[in-house]
Amino acid sequence: MSAPTTVFTGRAWVFGDRIDTDLLAPGHAIRKPIEELAKHCLEAVRPEFARDIVRGDVVVGGEGFGIGSSREQAAQALRYLGVSVVVAKSAARIFYRNAFNLGLPVLILPEAGQIADGARLEVDLARGLVRDMTGGREFRGEAVPDFLLEIVADGGLIPNLHKRLHGKPAA
Amino acid sequence: MTVPAAMTLSEKIIARAAGRERVRPGEIVTCKVDLAMMHDSGGPRRVQPHLERLGARIWDPSKVVIATDHFVPPPDIDSAEILALTRRFARDHAIGAFYDMQGICHVVLQEHAHVRPGMFAVGGDSHSPSGGAVGAFMVGVGATEMTGVLVTGEIWVRVPESWLIEWRGELAAGVAAKDIMLFLCAELGMSNDYKVMQYAGGAVSALSMNERLVLCNMSAELGAKTGIIAPDARTLEALRHGGHAVGNDALSWQSDPDAHYERHLEFDAGALAPQVAAPHSPANSAAVSEHTGVRIDQAYIGACTGAKLSDLHMAAQVLRGRKVARGVRLLIAPASTLTTREAAADGTLEVLTSAGAIMLPSGCGACAGYGAGILASGDVCIASTARNFKGRMGSPGASVYLASPYTVAASAIRGTIGDPRDFLPTRAAA
Repeated sequence: MSAPTTVFTGRAWVFGDRIDTDLLAPGHAIRKPIEELAKHCLEAVRPEFARDIVRGDVVVGGEGFGIGSSREQAAQALRYLGVSVVVAKSAARIFYRNAFNLGLPVLILPEAGQIADGARLEVDLARGLVRDMTGGREFRGEAVPDFLLEIVADGGLIPNLHKRLHGKPAA
Repeated sequence: MTVPAAMTLSEKIIARAAGRERVRPGEIVTCKVDLAMMHDSGGPRRVQPHLERLGARIWDPSKVVIATDHFVPPPDIDSAEILALTRRFARDHAIGAFYDMQGICHVVLQEHAHVRPGMFAVGGDSHSPSGGAVGAFMVGVGATEMTGVLVTGEIWVRVPESWLIEWRGELAAGVAAKDIMLFLCAELGMSNDYKVMQYAGGAVSALSMNERLVLCNMSAELGAKTGIIAPDARTLEALRHGGHAVGNDALSWQSDPDAHYERHLEFDAGALAPQVAAPHSPANSAAVSEHTGVRIDQAYIGACTGAKLSDLHMAAQVLRGRKVARGVRLLIAPASTLTTREAAADGTLEVLTSAGAIMLPSGCGACAGYGAGILASGDVCIASTARNFKGRMGSPGASVYLASPYTVAASAIRGTIGDPRDFLPTRAAA
């Protein structure tokens, strides 16, 4: 079995502190399917985000990223839009768990505030490293534990459970 | 022979659920789940497709509680279909503890004594820390994580650091658990990740179970993993009232006297004034005097945080013999049908409706931005709910202030944010 991908590269979309679940998945759109809901992701702080994001891009947040409700659509919308990884100074625990469970990794980096919007980043989950290729700097955050890397590699908790129950991840 | 090291209440519960002699903060352990609670929004409609895909059944339906509270009563066909799906799921999976439109899950769970001292519980809602009010360790999880629990009966946790938050003395008249939590949101901020807040002290012991729920409930706003209060005689009384024959041995769920807390904070309850959180964060809290005079359009008493029987009693104390100001709408959505029944029986509903309150059905309602009472742009609302994030309660152009039911009621009378102590006899005079 080849080693799972744990290094991601993409453009940084930088947000401030306490990006909450109502900003990520607004209540007014919560009953809509994810392809509709995702169009409203972060619209209140950055209307162009959902339109302009490119698959593989990295969302960089401040303190308490994903604070608020337990709604999984907050992480699901980011993943649907193609976000490869969230890098934040700290993340709300339910959001953190939801994100991994849906196959969206989160890397905790206390120096996330030093990354400029639009920077090209390389994020190494297993080593907890973030290389800012535009700013020419390297930051060390918290390495992601192996069992969470495995969930990400399987594509989320459900395929991971499928593997545990049936011997292989769901197709 | 080594003496076992001291543990906090939360560490003891996690160790027991993990089948371990002891656990230390920072360790990742796998726990067996004693209780899993879901509601209509994040529950069956989201876990059912996962269960089907996995070809799996629920590990133990007797440990599952389901309550419909988000899309109730259904205002549109989408909501009605979600509720129909929820009912089918409860039937197909033989869920005995299914509460259909009986009130908000966190309140219903405690009314029926499903959550008990020493339990390790999970809930599919971010305000699941509410369960800590009875001395359980209860955390919120998302729907995918809930699927994992339903299939395996287990969940991984990183053992949190415990903080001891002690409130000494006695709360003044017109000051409530909600004021304690708004104050703490400003004092401690909202990013206290991987901490469990254990509340203690004379002012906490003196609180009713409804009020204790508020402390644990709003631990979510502190960003904590959960909140917890060690059980005492009042806890057991509430469990017995809810129909559970709990033994006095449940009182053994306490922190060891020499347990280690990462922080020990002490506050003087008597010095606390009513608090108000300005838009758009519970952390924007300050004494009510900082905000008095702000014009309001709507006053909202609702949610698990702010519409239990104790909350309606607070509102009634202020509203008795008074009227809601012209041009202001006071909406009240009791937290459960039992709350409504008890408030009707003790005369509280009459006081509220005589003052001009508009009564709404029990459910999460406008607090979650789903139900009746949401706001237009430019609207200013003061609410007894837990969150005032931009856009949560309706239009992103609305402004929501948070306060206790006392302060919401006082503001409804004035038409501007007001101090409830102006309408209440002081404790000394009483």
